Amino acid sequence: MFSAYTDFIRIRFLTMLAYRVNYYSGILIYMLNIGVYYFTWQAIYGGQGEIGGFTASQMTTYIAVSWMARAFYFNNLDYEIANDIRDGSIAIQFIRPYNYLLVKMMQGFGEGLFRFTLFMIPGMLIALLLFPVRLPSDPIAWIGFLIMLFFSFLINSQLNLLTGLTAFFVENNQGMIRMKRVIVDLFSGLVIPISLFPGWLSSVMQWLPFQAITYLPGSVFTGRTQGTGILEVFGIQLIWFFVLLIPIFLMWRAARKRLFVQGG
Amino acid sequence: MKAIEVEHLSKTFNVQKNRDGLKGALQDLFSRQYNQVAAVNDISFSIPAGEICGYIGENGAGKSTTIKMLTGILVPTSGKLNVGGYVPHEEREKFVRNIGVVFGQRSQLWWDIGVIESFGLLRKVYGVPENDYRKRLDELVQRLDLGELLNRPVRKLSLGQRMRCELVAALLHNPSIVFLDEPTIGLDIIVKTEIREFLKDMNREHGTTILLTTHDLQDIEALCSRVIMLDEGRIIYDGGLDTLKSRWGQGTRVTFQFGAACPLERLRTLTSDLQVDWTADNDLHAEVLVPAQLNVSDVLAKVVGQPNIAITDIKITETTTDEIVRQIYRTGSASKPSGADTEGGQPLHV
Repeated sequence: MFSAYTDFIRIRFLTMLAYRVNYYSGILIYMLNIGVYYFTWQAIYGGQGEIGGFTASQMTTYIAVSWMARAFYFNNLDYEIANDIRDGSIAIQFIRPYNYLLVKMMQGFGEGLFRFTLFMIPGMLIALLLFPVRLPSDPIAWIGFLIMLFFSFLINSQLNLLTGLTAFFVENNQGMIRMKRVIVDLFSGLVIPISLFPGWLSSVMQWLPFQAITYLPGSVFTGRTQGTGILEVFGIQLIWFFVLLIPIFLMWRAARKRLFVQGG
Repeated sequence: MKAIEVEHLSKTFNVQKNRDGLKGALQDLFSRQYNQVAAVNDISFSIPAGEICGYIGENGAGKSTTIKMLTGILVPTSGKLNVGGYVPHEEREKFVRNIGVVFGQRSQLWWDIGVIESFGLLRKVYGVPENDYRKRLDELVQRLDLGELLNRPVRKLSLGQRMRCELVAALLHNPSIVFLDEPTIGLDIIVKTEIREFLKDMNREHGTTILLTTHDLQDIEALCSRVIMLDEGRIIYDGGLDTLKSRWGQGTRVTFQFGAACPLERLRTLTSDLQVDWTADNDLHAEVLVPAQLNVSDVLAKVVGQPNIAITDIKITETTTDEIVRQIYRTGSASKPSGADTEGGQPLHV
């Protein structure tokens, strides 16, 4: 049975590989994004030493690593689930002896593996050539970052599952999916680091899961969080990972009861 | 042993009511109104192991909803349910290992990967041992003639090819109960016949219990000894196909074509000692309805070979199942038609 789950990873990886050409343009778009934010921040800094606890050089590294992390953790599980529900093919998922959400996570991970090896790593290499990104010298920062990156994927995918499952309860959740996407990009600290938010908003963010996706791993990579601090921020990720299992479980249970298969 | 037992099963859906116009739409934003729609309304039946049972009814009669409850996809609103020793929705993951399901209108194969890869993945999902899988796959591939399709991606198969693959996918783990929801929809007559033959053989060799919904009554005639007929969520007939035919069938219709005019009176006199009903559009054409208890040959013997009656053609037609079922759908009741008083009468359970 376990080998079936790993097969879902393998098959998704191979399917993605078949469409790899689509992702070459993706690398270009991510480079453009990094470029836009890099030059914007250069202009804002204008020789100032520090803004929101970031030096100009830390900011460059933060932007690059945040976008490349997104290249890895991003997936469309929310759309996939919503589509399965909307066109009624969710019925097929219920006649199989497996857990649908776990299968979705495995497929997401298969996509993640593809994105990591063929999107994030080549993208990072190009970013290194184009922008003055400073890689961490401390191996602990590397290890910490990579582990936290994996949890970024988990937490982002959990939010995707939750958003996708809302299709059980509302007729059309496309708007919700789009809103979630904007919220994750903004509140995870991808667009603006959380320490630059106004005080009240930044303290609200401390109590939401989004910072665990981009801001916390990014702060380890840039060296703003070091030593035991890494364990602390990793702890926050772990807590969110476990806390988010609860609404997923509850929503799944409620969904089972009100499942309405479209198209008879 | 009963494979499927259903007692007082009901499923009610809340369907949102949309009020008219802009005002209605605004009202809907704040307070929604729901209609309760009973898709399946208090049905009971049981199917013994090894039986092939047809489950028929008009579109929207509740067939698919029943199948979805029996397979654990939907949770019933009320009633008791036991399929192969499990309550489907309660122990879903354990229960589905023992059943096979084919939805004619949905594919359960993975669109992007090869057929054989889909099968391999299903083997792992169901935890079928490698040896059993090989044996079963060889048997199915040979029986359904899939040899050269196995390496093609699913998206490149024709509907008939895909349907045969769907059957294999549903049967790889050798389930003892199989649910088929319109398995022959959209298929040509050759593939339909193949699939019917295959299902019959499977039932005979493995004793597989099969519940089948269809709109093609030839599926039912070829496969099922028993039919359950549904209308507006209720069972209106449950019994043998033969019983249904003999109770509803109006006998045999014999059509005569004459070479020279033959008055109806003459024919009536000839068969005056038989309870038959003659009708005619013109003098060259007559029709007689022979009730089921009479012999067609008796009627023919009276008419054929009489002097002055030049018969050019005789056509004998039996009331087909299609006609019977069409009539039942129209009246919404399976009680015997005996004039206008059956209209709106109580459904009869047999």
